[in-house]
Amino acid sequence: MEERKVVIELDKVRRDFQVGDEVVHALRGVSFKIFEGEFVTIMGTSGSGKSTLLNQLGCLDTPTSGEYYLDGIPVRKMKKNERALLRNRKIGFVFQNYNLLPKTTAVENVELPLMYNSKYSASQRKEAAIEALKAVGLGDRLYHKSNQMSGGQMQRVAIARALVNNPTIILADEATGNLDTRTSFEMLVLFQKLYAEGRTIIFVTHNPEIAKYSSRNIMLRDGKIREDTVNTNIQSAAEALAALPVNNDD
Amino acid sequence: MNYLNLLKVAIKAINSNKFRSFLSMLGIIIGVAAVIIMMAIGQGSKESVRQNISQMGTNVIMIRPGADMRGGVRQDPSAMQTLRQEDYESIVQNRKYVTYVSPEVTASGQAIYGANNTTTSVYGESLEYFDIKQWTVEQGDSFTEEDIRKAAKVCVVGKTIVDELLPNVGDPVGKTIRFKSIPFRIVGVLKSKGYNSWGMDQDNVIVAPYTTVMKRILAQTFFTSINCSAITEELTDEAIDELTETLRQNHKIKEGDEEDFTIRSQQEMMETMSSTMDSITIILVVAAAFSLIVAGIGIMNIMLVSVTERTKEIGLRMSVGARGIDISSQFLIESIMISVTGGVLGILVGWGGTLLCANFGLPVSIPMWSIFLSFAVCTLIGILFGFFPAKKAASMNPIEAIRYE
Repeated sequence: MEERKVVIELDKVRRDFQVGDEVVHALRGVSFKIFEGEFVTIMGTSGSGKSTLLNQLGCLDTPTSGEYYLDGIPVRKMKKNERALLRNRKIGFVFQNYNLLPKTTAVENVELPLMYNSKYSASQRKEAAIEALKAVGLGDRLYHKSNQMSGGQMQRVAIARALVNNPTIILADEATGNLDTRTSFEMLVLFQKLYAEGRTIIFVTHNPEIAKYSSRNIMLRDGKIREDTVNTNIQSAAEALAALPVNNDD
Repeated sequence: MNYLNLLKVAIKAINSNKFRSFLSMLGIIIGVAAVIIMMAIGQGSKESVRQNISQMGTNVIMIRPGADMRGGVRQDPSAMQTLRQEDYESIVQNRKYVTYVSPEVTASGQAIYGANNTTTSVYGESLEYFDIKQWTVEQGDSFTEEDIRKAAKVCVVGKTIVDELLPNVGDPVGKTIRFKSIPFRIVGVLKSKGYNSWGMDQDNVIVAPYTTVMKRILAQTFFTSINCSAITEELTDEAIDELTETLRQNHKIKEGDEEDFTIRSQQEMMETMSSTMDSITIILVVAAAFSLIVAGIGIMNIMLVSVTERTKEIGLRMSVGARGIDISSQFLIESIMISVTGGVLGILVGWGGTLLCANFGLPVSIPMWSIFLSFAVCTLIGILFGFFPAKKAASMNPIEAIRYE
């Protein structure tokens, strides 16, 4: 187990916010490691600090104290632009409301992270985007515009966008929050497929159901880790999907 | 993000809000068109004034009796009798930078031929007058040196005189007209010059030997003026110095004393006229330029709206790795594109407007630099007024931006 590569390491990460005269302690010394190839769910009620933790993990914010190593790189003292570069190369985001560019095709949406990477030529970008879209099962909808797609399809595009730069971690923020049960399970099937391919996935959610399908669950409360359990009995999302009553509208 | 991609993103953003983009362009279009039209009218008027002045002849220098207004007192030049035959002769003898010299005496009055009459002016000149004015005799010949010496009653007439007095007589050369009851035999007809910029008919003229006009019509011994021409336009100043020196010596004017004559060059007149036109043009262009500033504020307003509207997009771009500079250049390029596109359309509209003005008879000429200037100013406006919104976009916090509703 210990031979596995550590992709994320948090060392007593604290994050304080100044709200008026009061100091709010959103994270009060969080430490954990995530290894390559894990599917981790981070769970907690609102106010537990999970959004703050997500921002830390996503290099959108830096700790007040402690240190966060992403792929061995210390993030705390990084400047804005350095973090932007780090996000571009190492992180793939999946958001709750998909956040696709309006009136833009699937391919163009998926290309977006590569737009900010000068190593990719236009043709390489397109190639990578098409490949990522095929990987999420949207090979037949490459040139559909974002407003012509269903919620599930849009989230698939968003996942493809998170995959396209071949990131160290995929960071999903309530990625099933806006979807119906059936589509949610479809997404979980997709995440489990990516997990099976060896990708590292961090899935932040308040839905306890999802923990059943991940390999490890970190539970937050009041800015501290309350529970950190490895799931030895990972359920198959595909089976759960098959067990769902069939929706005739589809 | 490279510039080609930035450009594509900007075009897309403008395209997705066509009407709004057009409205913010409209200010620029109107502003640029106004500047172009104003400049075209200014330049056109200037050119037409210049053309009119140069019609008077080339490198002309005029000597008039009497000094300029000095110390608040203007003297009456016609009462001054300071320019005389000796002056003319010494100018001719000492000429170095001056090529042609012609003394001038003028008389106005009625000219008669048969039952026809017309009011006109007689110009008493030397032969070199035609060289100074670059005027050629079309029919017949000019009068001769002999005529000047003998104060012969011969004349060369302008086209208008022929039309007014001798409409149906065939060849006017050899006919005798009367001016103030003195008979003048026509020896030649001048080529038509048309009207000058002050609306004066330059062809309504009789040119006779100056001696004839002085002795037989006016009975005076002084000249109204002396016209000269410099060798080249560049040597005008030297020619003026030469003339001043000669006349000061002739008139025995002591060092430091005021001259009793005034020398004006055509160049000087042209400059005075041009500078008047220039200041009018500047006033017009400044007024038009203000509308460009207003247009710039309009663009800034729209860009701010656009930034706020696309907060989420900015958040997304930042979270997938866009740096501040990527975001700010995206919005900056968008505002530059709006203003430059507006500028190009404005140039076209201005060009059309100028053609329209030309149709109404206004003298117009679009200076090439005004087009380049408009282009440069538009780019500058795009940068200047796009800068603040772009900065605002770049300084957004990605965490807040991505969750913005």
